[in-house]
Amino acid sequence: MALYNEPSPLETRIVSKRFGLPNSASLDTYLATDGFVAFRKAREMAPEQIIEEVKASSLRGRGGAGFPTGLKWSFVPRTSPKPKYIIVNADESEPGTCKDRLLMEYDPHQLIEGILIASLAVDAHKGYIYIRGEYRYLIDMMDKAIAEAYAKGYLGKNIAGTGWDFDLYTHSGAGAYECGEETALLDSLEGKRGVPRMKPPFPAVAGAWASPTLLNNVETYSAVPYIIREGGKAFADLGTPKNGGTRLVCISGHVNKPGVYELPLGFPMMKAINEVAGGIPHGRKLKAVVPGGSSCPFLRAEECDIPMDYDTLAKLGSMLGSGGMVVMDETTDMVKVALRVMRFYAHESCGWCIPCREGTTWLRKILQRMVDGGGRREDVAMLGELSKNMLGRTFCALGDAAAMPTISIVEKFAEDFEKYIVPEAVLV
Amino acid sequence: MTFSPALEERFAALLQKYPEGKTRSAVIPMLIYAQDEVGAITPELIEEVAKRCGVAPLQVDEVVGYYSMLHRKPLGKYHVQVCTNISCMLVGGEELYEHAKKKLGIGHKEVTADGQFSLEEVECMGACSWAPAVEINYDFHHFVTPEQLDKLIDGLKKAH
Repeated sequence: MALYNEPSPLETRIVSKRFGLPNSASLDTYLATDGFVAFRKAREMAPEQIIEEVKASSLRGRGGAGFPTGLKWSFVPRTSPKPKYIIVNADESEPGTCKDRLLMEYDPHQLIEGILIASLAVDAHKGYIYIRGEYRYLIDMMDKAIAEAYAKGYLGKNIAGTGWDFDLYTHSGAGAYECGEETALLDSLEGKRGVPRMKPPFPAVAGAWASPTLLNNVETYSAVPYIIREGGKAFADLGTPKNGGTRLVCISGHVNKPGVYELPLGFPMMKAINEVAGGIPHGRKLKAVVPGGSSCPFLRAEECDIPMDYDTLAKLGSMLGSGGMVVMDETTDMVKVALRVMRFYAHESCGWCIPCREGTTWLRKILQRMVDGGGRREDVAMLGELSKNMLGRTFCALGDAAAMPTISIVEKFAEDFEKYIVPEAVLV
Repeated sequence: MTFSPALEERFAALLQKYPEGKTRSAVIPMLIYAQDEVGAITPELIEEVAKRCGVAPLQVDEVVGYYSMLHRKPLGKYHVQVCTNISCMLVGGEELYEHAKKKLGIGHKEVTADGQFSLEEVECMGACSWAPAVEINYDFHHFVTPEQLDKLIDGLKKAH
């Protein structure tokens, strides 16, 4: 299987180490390259020890929110008499993000092993991989990998002769960004519209079918076999203190070599753009970067000389998010970008919370009117004010996800709005 | 309603997948797989899925209105989905979509007169690093230029 992009020598390949191997998706390849060593090891460990190891790795959720994974695992009441479920969020939909695809396509058994280790930690015996409907070929590939694992004794009863039982299934979504939000995903899994739930209770306590549920992103589970095999510290040491390990960074936009690259946490952002991704075409200058999917506040070029870790981005008021890094050169019209981003959120708002439903729609309308030649002087302030009124006023993070990039664009790229302000366009 | 043996087999497996009594979970996967065969989410299909999953037809109907991949009207045999979201937009996604409109002579969510092609401007499909991207039915195409899109469409016309 050809890789979508050439690897870079600057990568540290941990979760992507099998990408590019012949038949990398087969169980035989997986077993020949450390496969299931970690599961057997975990089977000998106490559940608390597994969770401690994950905590020691300082692994944080790779889906977007960046919550400490070990801590999340410790919230699941493993002694609850209710059945417990492992859910995988493979609803990858955050604009700029295209990494979970590769983990499922090139190394499905690593994901399966990560799920199994999680099942030992929280005493679960059933799991579901929620895959966005557009990824039909990946549902088929995961089904094939799951079937192979069952056939060879790595799923089902008495897994690998260890006496552990676990059943794993795929579940198809049908097109909804909102279902990447964990409680909306659970409603969708239950056959309903994907609308976020009120928290608490958190999914750890009452998730899928009101049972204790562990829900993580594909990449998060995929990092677990390495952590158990080599130890949490070994993974943590690949990154910086508090920002352990590596992560898949999806570089897109104005670069010569766009692609998905595995980089240690704390890797310099400018080096990622200029060396890993081959720099900006036509000798143009950098204008802006989305550090982790379109929900993150945008960075101006002069803010980008930073190490890519959770804490540094937080200090800048942005996020590492889902790892979707979008690079924009000096020719980029930030008003058009803001409009496109807002068209997306207005389309994807589930409509449950009024500030999000109305806010995204009005922001889209104002931006569209500006681009269409009817921009008013007061529009810029109104964009900022409307966005700020959405922050923190919705059940889920979609409202914030729409507001934050808009606020950052309005505040940091004010000069781009000037040309859209038409003096004669006044409110009548 | 009757379906192909392959789809019946899939439905049977779907109804077994979820915990006991939780067959409502099969509604969305059943709808999307059935749509591939039937061509659209028809009122009869809604009734049928409701019956098989043991839920009220309204519970199926409300789901259809929510998910962007579920369609009440038939799509073309080849559903051309062009992404214009941020990563694709930066490298020509919008121009590619405009090109597709001209090439097919139809707009967003429209179907050609012969029923062969439909077009949709879609949101991020997870191909950002290999943009601009197009998905035709369930097949991804990366780094697509207008010329390549012409070739793809012409190839499908010939295959027909």
